[in-house]
Amino acid sequence: MFTTRKQYEPYISPFDPCPPIRVKTYVTAPNLYIGFQPPNLPQFPLREALMKGTLWKVFYDPYYSPYETKTKGDGS
Amino acid sequence: MMWIYEKKLQYPVRVSTCNPRLAKYLIEQYGGADGELAAALRYLNQRYTLPSKVIGLLNDIGTEELAHLEMIATMVYKLTKDATPEQLKEAGLEPHYVDHERALFYHNAAGVPFTATYIQAKGDPITDLYEDIAAEEKARATYQWIINMSDDPDLNDGLRFLREREIIHSQRFREAVEILKEERNQKKFF
Ligand SMILES: [Fe+2]
Repeated sequence: MFTTRKQYEPYISPFDPCPPIRVKTYVTAPNLYIGFQPPNLPQFPLREALMKGTLWKVFYDPYYSPYETKTKGDGS
Repeated sequence: MMWIYEKKLQYPVRVSTCNPRLAKYLIEQYGGADGELAAALRYLNQRYTLPSKVIGLLNDIGTEELAHLEMIATMVYKLTKDATPEQLKEAGLEPHYVDHERALFYHNAAGVPFTATYIQAKGDPITDLYEDIAAEEKARATYQWIINMSDDPDLNDGLRFLREREIIHSQRFREAVEILKEERNQKKFF
């Protein structure tokens, strides 16, 4: 399996003018890992798929603002 | 070919807050370098000179991008149609207003007008498909940054849908590359 968020810790200078962002997050979407789509992958029910934007569970990777909610602070 | 137009949006667009500033951000995906217009024009133009195995894919995705363009247009329209000049001014939209009133226009979030130099058709299949993959990833990232700037949950819902479609498009273009790499059914030259 794979994860679709990666993190790194940028260099932080003692003289930076703003409070530092200690951990940076970036997206590694499912399309990086799967290659040619294999047959018979699990699907969402049709109505749900229309709202989610994909029929295929493996490609569903929604993004929420880290500023939208306090609990999802990593942009996942 | 011809298109059949269905008089409904691909995904229901809802906007819950009167915040014309969000329109200023969204216009990036309307007339910006990595926006839906650029995407549609890029694919619908490249398709003519790609190997026949992948033409249908560019046709389908290019058409879908037009549906996305329409969703963005609807969002921008809803956010601006009832805004007063004063509200538009507060949102930083006064340069737009003096040129276009409340009409939509193909420019990016900084007001730079759309240009064909945003897109390419190189006539080399792998080159064109790699550009298309990059374009989808750039559109995905742009949606992330707009979602980060927006505090409208209903609007973000629509943006999340559009972003998910970019992931799928990128996947399909990556598969198109795999199809063109395929060694089977090729004449062998040693
Ligand atoms: Fe796309």
